[in-house]
Amino acid sequence: MKCRVCTGPAVIDVRRHNANFCAEHFIAHCQEQVRRTIDHFSMMKPDDKVLVAVSGGKDSLALWDILSELGYQADGLYLGLGIGEYSNESTHYSRDFAERVEGHLVEIDLPTDVGFDIPTGARLARRAPCSACGLSKRHLFNQAALEGGYDVVCTGHNLDDEAAVLLGNVLRWNVDYLGRQHPVLEARPGFARKVKPLVRLAEREMAAYCVLRGIDYQVEECPMSAGNRHIGYKEALDAIEAGSPGTKAAFFHEFLDKASHLFTPESDAIRDELLECATCGSPTTGEVCAFCRLIERASNKGTSGSVAIEMGQTRS
Amino acid sequence: MQVTLRNPRRVVEVTGPIRVHALLDRLEINRESVIVICGDTLVPSDALLLDTDVVEVRPVISGGCL
Repeated sequence: MKCRVCTGPAVIDVRRHNANFCAEHFIAHCQEQVRRTIDHFSMMKPDDKVLVAVSGGKDSLALWDILSELGYQADGLYLGLGIGEYSNESTHYSRDFAERVEGHLVEIDLPTDVGFDIPTGARLARRAPCSACGLSKRHLFNQAALEGGYDVVCTGHNLDDEAAVLLGNVLRWNVDYLGRQHPVLEARPGFARKVKPLVRLAEREMAAYCVLRGIDYQVEECPMSAGNRHIGYKEALDAIEAGSPGTKAAFFHEFLDKASHLFTPESDAIRDELLECATCGSPTTGEVCAFCRLIERASNKGTSGSVAIEMGQTRS
Repeated sequence: MQVTLRNPRRVVEVTGPIRVHALLDRLEINRESVIVICGDTLVPSDALLLDTDVVEVRPVISGGCL
């Protein structure tokens, strides 16, 4: 196979683009895809203060790398989940990468700073681990962005992530979630602006990008995610993609172009009804927000207001 | 050749020469869900792998909480 740009030996074939790339031009391709995505969706301005949600995995580290290469001033935010050796390794990869890009890595440790780890907290709260983890990430990333004065939070959700979520929402016709599924979630009172610059790049491309850029990342799957529904959706979509390259991209991006707007009013109505959490002040549909209820149940103790986050830790 | 697989991590012996896409077919792995690394080099699906190569088939599917 030959690189479609320079005709040199290719290192990767991307079937949905019917294209092969050498290392140099694949890296350029990924960076260009992100640049175009940011422009197309007006995700952020060159001088924005950017916070990248970092997990130590391929997507978030690749995103931080690409944003740095594109000239954005981005800090990282890492959330320690307390999942044994998996979390220890994820911390290591995140800190190493922060050093590499001489970036500022803000760290929150769930067991130390909030009072529970994901395995124990999920069990005590009787939630699926992935549910407790996702809820914690959304709440703490949002809180850190607001308190840190960031203009935008960037997450490493890629094309596969978004296609899998879309499939799950369609299968169950979760119309409020469909209305909210967009690469840009605008800032609202109590909510930081959130964007997903990797939605044009597949999971396989992000792994390849990291290998070619020499970025070490957490390759092992989270031990808590066995049997996770979204992974099943990804496998189903990959099976379709293997026989019909481009289906995943068409599924998600055609949804954005042709159907997303149909569900927005339903989602807006829910947003208009939000109240302030009696404990932490975050927007919520009930008296106490889901994260504060999780803290209360997961740590077997009452909530004591907003979680204080140490924003000053720099690992560089 | 030695082929390292993940989740769980294990090593299998495969006789070469064999092309990457044929290796993945033999192992019943969807090529959309992995990258293949030979030595320390990423290789495309038509690359020919030899008996002496050390190969890693690295899964790319990740995620639980979204």
